[in-house]
Amino acid sequence: MKIGTPKEVFEGENRVAMTPDSALQLQKLGYDCAIETGAGAAAGFSDETYAANGVEIIKTAAALWKECDIVAKVRQPNETEMKRLREGLTLISFYNPAGNEAGLAAAKKKGANVIAMEMVPRISRAQKMDALSSMANIAGYRAVIEAGNNFGRFFTGQITAAGKVPPAKVLVVGAGVAGLAAIGTSTSLGAITYAFDVRPEVAEQVESMGAEFVYLDFEEEQTDGAATGGYASVSSPEFREAQLAKFRELAPEVDIVITTALIPNREAPELWTEDMVKAMKPGSVIVDLAAEKGGNCKLTVADEKIVTDNGVTIIGYTDFPSRMASQASTLYATNIRHMMTDLTPEKDGQINHDMEDDVIRGATVTHDHEITWPPPPPKVQAIAAQTKEKPKELTPEEKRAKETAAFKAQTKSQVILLVVGALLLLVVGGFAPESFMSHFIVFALSCFVGFQVIWGVSHSLHTPLMAVTNAISGIVILGALLQVGSGSWLVVFLAAVSILIATINIVGGFMVTRRMLAMFQKS
Amino acid sequence: MSIGIVSAAYIAAAVLFILSLGGLSGQESAKRAVWYGIAGMALAVFATVFGPGMGNYLIVLVMIGVGAYLGQMVAGKVEMTEMPQLVAALHSFVGLAAVLIGYNAYIELGRVLELKAQISPTLNEAGAMAALHDMGVKGFGAVLAHKTGVEQAILKVEVFLGVFIGAVTFTGSIIAFGKLAGKVDGKAKKLPGGHMLNAGAAALSVILLIMFLNGAGMWALLLMTLAAFFIGYHLIMGIGGADMPVVVSMLNSYSGWAAAAIGFTLGNDLLIVTGALVGSSGAILSYIMCKAMNRSFISVILGGFGGTTGPAMEVEGEQIAIDSDGVAQALEEADSIIIIPGYGMAVAQAQQSVSELTKRLRAKGKNVRFAIHPVAGRLPGHMNVLLAEAKVPYDIVMEMDEINDDFPETDVAIVIGSNDIVNPAAQEDPNSPIAGMPVLECWKAKQVFVSKRGQGTGYSGIENPLFYKENTRMFYGDAKKSLDELLTKIS
Repeated sequence: MKIGTPKEVFEGENRVAMTPDSALQLQKLGYDCAIETGAGAAAGFSDETYAANGVEIIKTAAALWKECDIVAKVRQPNETEMKRLREGLTLISFYNPAGNEAGLAAAKKKGANVIAMEMVPRISRAQKMDALSSMANIAGYRAVIEAGNNFGRFFTGQITAAGKVPPAKVLVVGAGVAGLAAIGTSTSLGAITYAFDVRPEVAEQVESMGAEFVYLDFEEEQTDGAATGGYASVSSPEFREAQLAKFRELAPEVDIVITTALIPNREAPELWTEDMVKAMKPGSVIVDLAAEKGGNCKLTVADEKIVTDNGVTIIGYTDFPSRMASQASTLYATNIRHMMTDLTPEKDGQINHDMEDDVIRGATVTHDHEITWPPPPPKVQAIAAQTKEKPKELTPEEKRAKETAAFKAQTKSQVILLVVGALLLLVVGGFAPESFMSHFIVFALSCFVGFQVIWGVSHSLHTPLMAVTNAISGIVILGALLQVGSGSWLVVFLAAVSILIATINIVGGFMVTRRMLAMFQKS
Repeated sequence: MSIGIVSAAYIAAAVLFILSLGGLSGQESAKRAVWYGIAGMALAVFATVFGPGMGNYLIVLVMIGVGAYLGQMVAGKVEMTEMPQLVAALHSFVGLAAVLIGYNAYIELGRVLELKAQISPTLNEAGAMAALHDMGVKGFGAVLAHKTGVEQAILKVEVFLGVFIGAVTFTGSIIAFGKLAGKVDGKAKKLPGGHMLNAGAAALSVILLIMFLNGAGMWALLLMTLAAFFIGYHLIMGIGGADMPVVVSMLNSYSGWAAAAIGFTLGNDLLIVTGALVGSSGAILSYIMCKAMNRSFISVILGGFGGTTGPAMEVEGEQIAIDSDGVAQALEEADSIIIIPGYGMAVAQAQQSVSELTKRLRAKGKNVRFAIHPVAGRLPGHMNVLLAEAKVPYDIVMEMDEINDDFPETDVAIVIGSNDIVNPAAQEDPNSPIAGMPVLECWKAKQVFVSKRGQGTGYSGIENPLFYKENTRMFYGDAKKSLDELLTKIS
C-alpha cells in the first residue's frame, strides 16, 4: 500500500507528517511512500532528501490523495481535503472529533477510515504514538523561549562587575507535559521556577524537574489523575478561590507566567485574572498556552502578542509546535510511524485495522461507514490508582479482643489436633504389640523434638542444615552394621555395600557442612 | 560391650544430634554444632561396631575406610555452586542403603525362621535360643528369632515401608541431581497419564503389600521396589526447576523417614530418633519454602504450577539496556545500594566479583546490603552459602522481611541473575501463576539494574514486568563478565 503526505494547507502551518527518516522506517514496514512537492520545505526537508530516501514526489495534492491508500497529515483536513476522502482510504491526522461533527459525518458517508491522533489513549504502550504529548513538549519548551525573547532580562541571576542581576522568577501553571517541559527549560536557563497544578500527585514530578511546587492551604479530597486518564478535572469553587488567592499573592513577584491549564473538551479555566495582570511588574511576560481554548488569562488574544497598559506582554500564539517545525515534524512523523507499526503487525505493507486493540480502537473515529467516536474506555487503566488508605489504628480494647480471639482459635486448633492424635494413637495401640509401641513412643517424641528444634534455625543456615541432616541420616549405617555379622553371604554382601555408601554420605555430609560454615564470617 | 553401655552411647548420640540441629540457629554456634553431630555419629558407630552380635570386622573396616576416603574426596572437591547437586546425590545414597538394609532384614528373617523350624520343638524358649546361637544366629538374627507371629507381620510391614520410601528417595534424588546438574532437562515433564500413573504404581504397591503379608515372598518386595523406583522418577520429573529447593528438602525428609522405618525394622531406637529428627526437619524446611512461594505443599509435590485462572496481564513498555559506564556512574552517585542475587549469579560464578564490588563500594562509605529471597537459588539458603564463600560479611546479608521495607529509600537496586523472586506480577496481576508469592519489591528503589544474559523469561517461564518499568535498566551479558567490566570502572 502507499502512504502519502500532502503539503499542509492551513495558513502558517509549517509541520509535515512524514520526514525522510520516517519514510525509511515506513518502507521497512513494506509501504511505498509519497509526498506532495514541497511538503517538507517549510520544516526544512527538501524534496531531494525525500527522493534520496526513495520517496516518490507527486506534483499536486489532488493526484496524491488519489494515488495513496493511506494519507498522513498534521492539521484537521479542510473542506477541499474532505472532498478527497473516498471509500477504503485511511486518513491519519489530528481530527478534533469532539468539535467536528460534520467532518465525522462526511467521513462516515464517504467510507473513509479516520484515525485521529489526539484520540490515542494515554496508556504506557501507546506513549510512542502520543502526538499530543510530543507536541505539548515542544510547546512547553517554545513557550519559555518566546517568553525569554520578550523578556528584557536574564533568566539566571548574576553578579558582575557591571552590577547585580536578579534571577527571573517563572511561574508555570499546570504541570502536564507542556508544563513539565516548560519547567525543565526554565530551570536549565537558570530561572527560579515555581509550578502549580490541581493534581497533588504531580508535586513529585515538579520537584524532580527542579521547580518548587506551590502548595495551597486547602483541605479537600482532590480526585487524582488516575480516574480521568491522567488529565486534570474541574475543581470545586472553594478550591478555585484558594488557588486564585495564592496566585494574587504571587503575581507581584513573578516575572514570567506560563499557563498551560486545559481540561479535555472544555473551555480553558480562567486562572490569571485581570487584577493579577495589573499587579505584575512592567516588562513581565505571560505566555498563554491555552489561547486556542479561550486562554487561562482573559486578556489573551489568540494568535497574537499584545502589551497591556502597565507594560505586561501577553503572548497568545497557538502555533508553538509549528514555530519549531523541523523538531515538531520529526517527532510527529515518528508518532505516525509507530502508529503504522501497530497497524501493520505482519510488516507486509498491508493495514490490519484491528478494532480489538485498545490503542487502535481508541484512536479510530470512523471505520467502515460507522462513527466510532467516542471510544469505550480502554481496558487498561492509564495510571495505577493511588492508594490513600492507611491501615486503621486499633484501639487497645480492639487489640486485646483480637489477641484473645486469636489465642482462643489457637487453643481450639491445638486441642483438636491433640484429640485426633490421641485417638489415632489409641487405635494403633489397640492392635500393635507392646514392643512396637515402645518404639513408637520414641518415634513420636523425636518428631516433636525435631519440629521444635528446626523452627529456630536461621534462614541463612538452611543449606548447612540440609547438609547436616543429610549427614546424620547416614545413621542407617547402624542397620547395615548390625546385619553384616549374618551367616548368609548375600546379607553380608548387601550390608557391606550399605556400609560403604552410608559412610560416603556421613563423611561427605559433615565435611561439606564444615567447609560451608567456616566461610560465614562477620564484617 | 554390654547392651547397657551400647544403649547409653545411643542416648548420648541422640542428645548430640539434637544439639547439633539446634545449634544451627546462629552462625557462630553452628560451627560448634557440626562437631556435636560428628561426635554423635562417631559414638553411635563405635558403640555398634563393638557392641554384641557383631562379626566380619574386616569387611566393616575396609568398607568404612573406603567410604570415608571417597566421601572426603567428594566433599573436598565440590564447588560451592554445585552444592545442590551434591546434597541431592548424597540423599540417593541414603535411599539405596535403606532399600538394601530392608532386603537384608527380610532375608535374615527367612533364614532365622528356617533354622528355628529345624530345632526340636520340645525345647523351651531359652533352650531354643541357645540352640540358635550355636548355629551362628546372633545379633540382629537373635532379635528376629524372638519375634512372635504378630510381631513378624509388623516387621514385614516395616520392611516394606522402609524399602518403599528408600526406593522413592533413591530414584527421586537421582533425578533431582540430574536436573540440578543440568544433565536432565529442568522443565516439568510428565508421561501421558500424569498423576494416574503415580496413583497406579502406589495402588500396585499396596496390593503387593497385602500379598507380601500373606506369604508372597521376595518377588513381591522386588516388584514393589520397581514400582517405587518409578514413582520417585516420575514424581520428580514432573516438578519444574524453580521448585527445586522444595524438592531437595522434601527428599531430605524422605531419607529421614526411610531411616526411621529401618529403625523400626531393626528395633533400634537411635535409628528411629535420628530418622524422625531428619524427617521432621526436612518436612518443616519444605513447609517454609512453600510458604515463601505462596504455594500449597500438595501442588508442589503433584508437580508444576497449577492452572492459571485467566490470561496473564499484558506487559507494556520496552526493556531499556544500559552499559557498564552508566551503571558505574549511578553507583558512584548512590548512597544506599541493595544487591539481589539469584541463581544466575551461581551459574555465572560471579560471587567473587560481587564480593569485590561490595568491598569497593563499602570502602567509599556507601551502604551496601544484600537482599536474599527465601527461594533464591536451587537450595534453601543457597545464596547465603555462595556469598559466604566469596567472603561477603554475613551481617550485611538480609532476608526478605528484614529489607523489603527499605527499598523506597534505596538509590540503586542491582538484580543479579534473579527473576521470579523480583517479579512485580506476583503483587499486581491476580492471574499470574505466581500471584500472591511474596517478592522483593526492588522496583520501589529509585533505580534498578538487572544483570541478565538475554531477554528470555526465567526458570518458570513467566514474563517479568520489572524489566519494563521506567526505572529499570537492563545490563545484558553474563553476570561475571558484566561485573568484571564494571569493576574496571569503579576504583
